[in-house]
Amino acid sequence: MKSFYLLKQVVFTYLMVCGSVYAATIKVGNAQVIKSITKAISLAQPGDTILVDKGRYSEGTITIDKPLTLIGKAYPTIDGKKKYEPFSVKSSHVTIRGFLVKSSGHSSLTDIAGIKVYNTTNVRIADNILEDNFFGVYFQASKNCIAENNKIKAYGSTEQLSGNGIHAWKSDSLTIFNNTVKGHRDGIYLEFVTHTKVEKNQSTNNIRYGLHFMFSHDNAYLYNEFTHNGAGVAVMYTKRVRMLYNTFNENWGDSAYGLLLKDITDSEIRHNRFIKNTTAIFMEGSNRIHIENNQLESNGWALKIQASCMDNTLVSNNFINNTFDVTTNNMTLAANNFNQNYWDKYEGYDLNKDGLGDVPYRPVSLFSVIVEQYPMAMLLFRSFMSKLLDRTERVMPSLTPENLMDENPYMKPLNV
Amino acid sequence: MLKIIKYVISDILRSRTIIAYMVLLLALAFSVLGMESNAEKGIVSLLNIVLFVVPLVSIIFATVYLYNSAEFIELLVSQPLKRTKIWGSIFLGLSGAITLAFLIGVGIPIIIFAWIPSGILLLVCGAGLSAIFVSIALWTAVQIRDKAKGIGLAILLWLYFALLFDALVLFLMFQFSDYPIENGMVALTMLNPIDITRIIILLEVDLSAMMGYTGAIFQNFFGTGGGMTLTAIILLLWITLPFLFSTLNFKKKDL
Repeated sequence: MKSFYLLKQVVFTYLMVCGSVYAATIKVGNAQVIKSITKAISLAQPGDTILVDKGRYSEGTITIDKPLTLIGKAYPTIDGKKKYEPFSVKSSHVTIRGFLVKSSGHSSLTDIAGIKVYNTTNVRIADNILEDNFFGVYFQASKNCIAENNKIKAYGSTEQLSGNGIHAWKSDSLTIFNNTVKGHRDGIYLEFVTHTKVEKNQSTNNIRYGLHFMFSHDNAYLYNEFTHNGAGVAVMYTKRVRMLYNTFNENWGDSAYGLLLKDITDSEIRHNRFIKNTTAIFMEGSNRIHIENNQLESNGWALKIQASCMDNTLVSNNFINNTFDVTTNNMTLAANNFNQNYWDKYEGYDLNKDGLGDVPYRPVSLFSVIVEQYPMAMLLFRSFMSKLLDRTERVMPSLTPENLMDENPYMKPLNV
Repeated sequence: MLKIIKYVISDILRSRTIIAYMVLLLALAFSVLGMESNAEKGIVSLLNIVLFVVPLVSIIFATVYLYNSAEFIELLVSQPLKRTKIWGSIFLGLSGAITLAFLIGVGIPIIIFAWIPSGILLLVCGAGLSAIFVSIALWTAVQIRDKAKGIGLAILLWLYFALLFDALVLFLMFQFSDYPIENGMVALTMLNPIDITRIIILLEVDLSAMMGYTGAIFQNFFGTGGGMTLTAIILLLWITLPFLFSTLNFKKKDL
């Protein structure tokens, strides 16, 4: 039985090697016999490779309906002329590598993308440059697809007139790896997408969100960087999310959030860095979220937690140099567990030298409660008056939530 | 005129009070900035001290000095000198000496520990505050002949600017929170030099929070070049106007 299995392996490998040897390579270019990519695709057999020379190709919409590998040499330009969809992938096992795809059409009726993948599997979009497209890379109802090392850039001015950098809808098991997205509406947008890994992407200067997902369960977001996006990162209506080692930077504005969690449940947020956001984390209707080992530094509000949040755990986070640590709209914020975080505003002592403060820390200051109700009160922030209010409240808590406290705050910052 | 300024400055710098003030600022600034590992946080702590101590010392010291040198001023007036020149040199000498003490006391620790934009801003604003409160002291001292009353008024004025004004603003804010009071509130703060200073520095150190809703209002005003120029002009007005009024009074005063 075992030898039979081995034989099968050998035969399989042999066939694979032969297959790759016999798969033809078709060259396309001005100096070649075949001058159009569309023609090359119609001539090709499934499994063939099409090599495209440097040059400019405006062939309307190039539809790939066979399992092919398209490779561009020195970034040949595929121009959509603001009218067409440069690449439409309608077959499985397609690879598109090394193209400069630009100027797709704009439409409010259909989502035209630089490279759009329709209802298929095992497509790989790698090492491309996408410029000035409506949507960048678009996966529609696809499985096991990969988008990696793409540089996606758009020059959108309003949310209505621009699409998303990497957009996935109703897909499963995608890998989105090491892409950079700039100037789109949302950097990365996932809707009804499951079992997907979003890793090492950089999403910068997008008009709305750096990352945006809805109804996308069981996904992981690792080592991504979201900087200077119009409204930061917003994630909604999702279960079992894992967000690890991401960086949320300088998301500034009235409604800008480092990370906005709306109706997120059973999720993990660990080892992320939130630096200089107006609001680092905003939680609404979010339950059973584990927030651990995050660095929250120099934010306006480190954590805004609404009354609709329950059973969340905040452990071992560093709260450093934030204007306000925690604010809430509710007096009796129950059943959320704050424990063993480091708060730089903590003024307690540690008599038994176990590294944990002996008196609890209440992260909600009276002045932050006042600012929540009367935003104009920010005018008096850091005045003697505000200090006085905070001090009296510390001595006799009456207006700040009583059970929102860290029983064992750390005395020194943690290594996160 | 230069001679009088020189005399006033050297007279003040020889007094023990101003040396004590300088040493106090040095000690406070060194300990606050030295203990805090984060320079920005150190500046924020120092800001509270500066906003509290500098106006107090400036206004009280200037008032006391003016009353104590009443005879000297009388002597000067008897000389063939213009009264405006005498008064002007006293103002320049007083504010120069106090500002110098402040710049040394807070400046050295800031140069050593926190040479960052917010630190420099704190220095500039603190120097401005010193001059403003000397100017206010001049105005009150020229109007009240009785020393005890004069010092009492100086303390009251300080209390008003440092505490009562903010309480008043907070009260108004609570009362009129349903109305669009944003611009009015910003205008209201212009009536208190301590508040102006605080907000300018706040915009530097709490930038992230200031980019939020309310921040946007400040940012629209203070963040723009025009708003900043206007603020600078208002601070200058706070220095010159009380001084001008006091000069008018001094010119007519029967000594």
